[in-house]
Amino acid sequence: MSAPKVAFFDLACCEGCQLQVANLGEELLDLLGHIEVVEFRELMSEKWDGEYDLAIIEGSVTNEEAEEKVKEIRRRSKMVMAYGACAVNGGINGIKNKTPMEENGRIVYGDRFKDYPSMPTKAVGDIIEVDYIVPGCPIYPPEFLKVLKSALAGLEYVIPDHAVCVECRFNENECMYEKGINCMGPITRAGCNSWCLNNGNRCYGCRGLLSNPNIHGARDVMKKYDLDPDVILKSIDMYNAAAGGKDE
Amino acid sequence: MSKNLSVNVEFLTRVEGHGHIVVDMKNGKLNKCELKIVEAPRFFEAMVRGRSIFELQHITCRICGICSCGHSLASIQAAEDAIGFTPSEQTTLLRRIMLHLENLDSHILHIYMLAAPDMLGKKSALAMTATHGEAVRRALRMKKCCNDACSVLVGRHVHPISSTVGGFTKIPSEADLLEMKKHFSSIKQDLLPTLELAKTFVFPEFERETEYVSLTSDAGYALLNGKVKSSKGIIKDKSEYKSLTNEYLVPHSTAKHCKLSGDSYMVGALARFNNNYDMLHPLAKYAADELKLKPVCANAYLNTAAQIVECFHFTDDAIQIIDRLLEKGTDKSEAVIVGLNENEVIKVKAGRGVGAVEVPRGLLYHSYEVDDKGTILSADCVIPTGQNLANIELDMRQLAGMVCGRPQEEATLLFEMMVRAYDPCISCSTHVLEVDFV
Ligand code: SF4
Ligand code: SF4
Ligand code: SF4
Ligand SMILES: [Fe+2]
Repeated sequence: MSAPKVAFFDLACCEGCQLQVANLGEELLDLLGHIEVVEFRELMSEKWDGEYDLAIIEGSVTNEEAEEKVKEIRRRSKMVMAYGACAVNGGINGIKNKTPMEENGRIVYGDRFKDYPSMPTKAVGDIIEVDYIVPGCPIYPPEFLKVLKSALAGLEYVIPDHAVCVECRFNENECMYEKGINCMGPITRAGCNSWCLNNGNRCYGCRGLLSNPNIHGARDVMKKYDLDPDVILKSIDMYNAAAGGKDE
Repeated sequence: MSKNLSVNVEFLTRVEGHGHIVVDMKNGKLNKCELKIVEAPRFFEAMVRGRSIFELQHITCRICGICSCGHSLASIQAAEDAIGFTPSEQTTLLRRIMLHLENLDSHILHIYMLAAPDMLGKKSALAMTATHGEAVRRALRMKKCCNDACSVLVGRHVHPISSTVGGFTKIPSEADLLEMKKHFSSIKQDLLPTLELAKTFVFPEFERETEYVSLTSDAGYALLNGKVKSSKGIIKDKSEYKSLTNEYLVPHSTAKHCKLSGDSYMVGALARFNNNYDMLHPLAKYAADELKLKPVCANAYLNTAAQIVECFHFTDDAIQIIDRLLEKGTDKSEAVIVGLNENEVIKVKAGRGVGAVEVPRGLLYHSYEVDDKGTILSADCVIPTGQNLANIELDMRQLAGMVCGRPQEEATLLFEMMVRAYDPCISCSTHVLEVDFV
């Protein structure tokens, strides 16, 4: 059996997630022993016109060209993975959805804004069916590897639906609310090993919201500090504006 | 000899972001010679307006994954300048390590993964694994060291977590410093073989007199401080960045071009090398000798060689800083508890500020105007690749005259290599396109 053909694609994004892949170091080489990478624009000049076993897409859909591109990728791929917040829920690109498109254009391009049409940010899953997601901005490499391995084995992968707080407390960080600082941990999906909290910052909710913020492990923190999920959401909407407060 | 040339490279590979090269010459007349930027704009400028400077770097670093530490540092510097905050010595030293890691990581990626395949006649670094397996392993190892050291210092390399206005939310312990030192030492081990490999590269011949712009300082190889210097004798403060960049619109591009004394100028490793050669670490000068690179070098293809030279300097400087911090010990009480500055630990006043930082591709400016709460009223950002665009196109024009008549494939490759030598970051370019809100 030949190695599965895998292709990487990037839409509007910072390309940070593919960098996370490139940064896997020698783990990447081990991985490359099991798959055949047929497209990866940033790293290779080779192109491929056959069918992909797995297409891995980064970035948001922000124009019609990109919309066409993802549809074409779907047609040519057995499995599609959306990775990174941009692709999974619109991520940071979603912030612009809060102001009318015309105003965004004017702010950036002045009177020439009409030359640069843009539509509201969409996640890849808004356009096509997606088989696997890896949330986060950027992706958390250990999770990416887990999802990739599941995909290659044809197994389902379910992203945790409990709060970042669970990991945060396990890592014995002092709670931000204790220090008088807002934190989105109580309403954000775990899986990043409370990355930001371990480094002294607060959670910005880059992995997307819990399906129901009042259950799944968030309850304790919310209750202890008398928090209302809507209030935290309003204060920090950096990654979740395109998702409109709901995930998936 | 034929005086016709037509080069059309769609989605140039092995650069950051999406760009096209279009060259069209008929009977010796150059009708088109452009580097087109085609990425979808992401409206970053619109995104930062109205936000607090205390969460700003979370957005600005996401302009570009590969330049994320650089954008984060430049935007923090601009914000601190605006509110009149002076960082501590410890903060400044830690920021320098952070910048070294960014510059090293990006240079290594460019040298090995993006530029080397051309030099070795390969389509990609993946195709190199068969013939140059050890080099590919070395590159990945060096990148991993940068990445791991960055994780120790700021949580991760792509979108640093702990670096913020006021300093760092987490101060490295002695064990952290030792771990970082281990990674830098390992990079140092790999630099000599890198140099050996680079000595086998045959850089295309090319020369065009160019104005070089970089930071400069008497205190050392300037990266985070000092004045802005042009090789044509201009020295100005960063606050005058508008008159140093002189952005202008060109009909064929969505990105503005920049000029200073002439029609274009160059920023980046070669510009820094040309302007500040004297300040390089002796080992870096040794590497330059070995690569036969001398200031002033006017061959843009050699930007890649200048990057190799800089890797020597950055690695040694980082080790020196770490040794200094180890000797003094770090002061953990400097850790900032920031959030949105809810506790008002950092004094804020209204003002304007500029950040100027030497990132992998050259001098990056961020500039903000903030109100008395630290909310951003207006923002501006001039990125290195944007500053280089006019210069790239002028180099391409000269190249067109040199290569017309050569086989199509050979000519195309020379254009691709020229553009790649600048290590352009089109990701950056599109996200800050024509940033101006007045
Ligand atoms: S999810 Fe974040 S890190 Fe990944 S591409 Fe988008 S902005 Fe970059
Ligand atoms: S609220 Fe934030 S700091 Fe507190 S436990 Fe949850 S994730 Fe950790
Ligand atoms: S702690 Fe929050 S913001 Fe940080 S990586 Fe995890 S989900 Fe994202
Ligand atoms: Fe960039």
